[in-house]
Amino acid sequence: MTVEITGVDVDLGGRPVLRGVTATAREGRWLAVIGPNGAGKSTLLKAVMGLLPHTGLITVGGRPVRDLAPRDRARVLAYAPQSPLLPPDMTVHEYALLGRTPYIPYWGRESARDTETARAVLDRLDLTALAARPLERLSGGERQRVVLARALTQQAPVLLLDEPTTALDLGHQQQVLELVDRLRRDDGLTVVSTLHDLTLAAQYADDLLLMSGGTAVAAGSPGEVLTEDLVTRHFGARVTIGAGPAGRPVVHLRRPTG
Amino acid sequence: MRKGVVFAGAAVVLAACMTAGLMVGAAGLPLKGVVLALADRLPFVSAHSGLTPLETGVLFELRLPRVLLGAMVGGLLAVAGAGYQGVFRNPLADPYLLGAAAGAGLTVTLVIVAVGDGAAVPLAAFCGAAGGVLLAYGLGHTATRGGGTATLVLAGVAVTSFLTAIQTFLQQLKVEELQRVYAWILGDVGGGWEQVAMCAPYAVVAAAILLLHGRLLDVLSVGDDEASALGVRAGRVRLVVLVAASLATAAAVSAGGLIGFVGVVVPHAVRRLAGGSYRVVLPLSLLAGGAFLVTADLIARTVLAPAELPIGVVTAFVGAPFFVTILRATRKVET
Repeated sequence: MTVEITGVDVDLGGRPVLRGVTATAREGRWLAVIGPNGAGKSTLLKAVMGLLPHTGLITVGGRPVRDLAPRDRARVLAYAPQSPLLPPDMTVHEYALLGRTPYIPYWGRESARDTETARAVLDRLDLTALAARPLERLSGGERQRVVLARALTQQAPVLLLDEPTTALDLGHQQQVLELVDRLRRDDGLTVVSTLHDLTLAAQYADDLLLMSGGTAVAAGSPGEVLTEDLVTRHFGARVTIGAGPAGRPVVHLRRPTG
Repeated sequence: MRKGVVFAGAAVVLAACMTAGLMVGAAGLPLKGVVLALADRLPFVSAHSGLTPLETGVLFELRLPRVLLGAMVGGLLAVAGAGYQGVFRNPLADPYLLGAAAGAGLTVTLVIVAVGDGAAVPLAAFCGAAGGVLLAYGLGHTATRGGGTATLVLAGVAVTSFLTAIQTFLQQLKVEELQRVYAWILGDVGGGWEQVAMCAPYAVVAAAILLLHGRLLDVLSVGDDEASALGVRAGRVRLVVLVAASLATAAAVSAGGLIGFVGVVVPHAVRRLAGGSYRVVLPLSLLAGGAFLVTADLIARTVLAPAELPIGVVTAFVGAPFFVTILRATRKVET
């Protein structure tokens, strides 16, 4: 399902946070939202999720997000926040099962099929051995996979991931991003994620959206967006952009010589 | 499977505590007599209990309503506490500590002083309970944006002191009502069948609503943004649970007075035993809260016999040290 963002403004507490943002996440592709701190990346994701009031138009599969009832919205969009709240004594299986919430009526309870779906997702993410473990006893990498499992259990065609690699070491960053990419290809998911590591974003995303000061300043393929000029201008960093694997750019920090 | 065992265990404990509550007192009743006398009252069952008419009177007019009221009040306070804890995502939330009980206490005193007690008591208690919680929540929320776990409780304590002060003032204005109000405040489940009948409908409605929200409270426990992203209207769920918990508090307070700590001790112990899912915590708290208060009442009327200790004193004796333990545990999680 394609996500179209057209001329979106968001104000938080009377302060403009997003101004006239336009972007497209095409079906089955990975759009990475990059930009300096405070650029409005997370806000954009929350607006797409329908968690923040916005003006302008955000559509998913052609339907405006704001017109969708909460449960219908949760069936097309799954969202994993940057620092998810994990109830310490909830088990991995119970947590994954929360992803079925949009399919359960208000007074209802999970069906056997919901339980089975959650179990299958855990199996797919190699989490079956951890199913009965409370969330407080997971490592950082396991937590991130469990949050992903919860989002996948939602079986939504669009996955919104806010900084999925925060606080992970290099190996676990790679593991999580590879996993997301595999799921995207296998299930034809549309992925929209914020990523602070530019090289990682360039390696995994099909398209990049560079945001700065609440506006979208560049969009396109990694090669088009990650130019020395744009990175210097919006991040205030001195960098050299080299060629990496598969022609995707690699960003190196350059120390001022002098 | 394991869940079933835990529930059966809790039901057995509750039944055992209630039976002990029926047997023990100024006049001890034999177990066999109590069981047979109760069985005799069941439809299609006829049994000879061997109890004297006086003993039968004690059992059915004093002990049974007292034990039922104790179980009801304890269950309500515990399930209301668990409900508040889910709404505020705060393991220290409790009808007493949140100002709900004090709010109910104030409005009930107002009603007793102004119109004498009667049918208006439960409604007044409900308004007072809801008002107390909202006041504590508002205060805690403005004090620190978002509010930590301890802030809400501090605000609740402030609200409780304030409302109790007004209540004391009212009480002193009407000295002739003093004794009645005072006895009620300290907590007492000896109200007889009249109180049982008054409390029961509210108890059933409030407990049913709370138990049916276990799944949604589990969803809320991952945070409002994620709950919304999962298609749940977090605000509406909160409001419904808040109203139901306040109704439960009101029913408990109008029948039993101000009894502290049940709502925080029982759900916490339940979590330790059976995990944190509200689908388990809510019904188990209902059962365990009943058992806890029946036992507390048993202690209250036997340790200083023939004098009776207010039941709130017994719960505070157990509850306060427990509270400190929970506070330490939550601090560890937060830092």
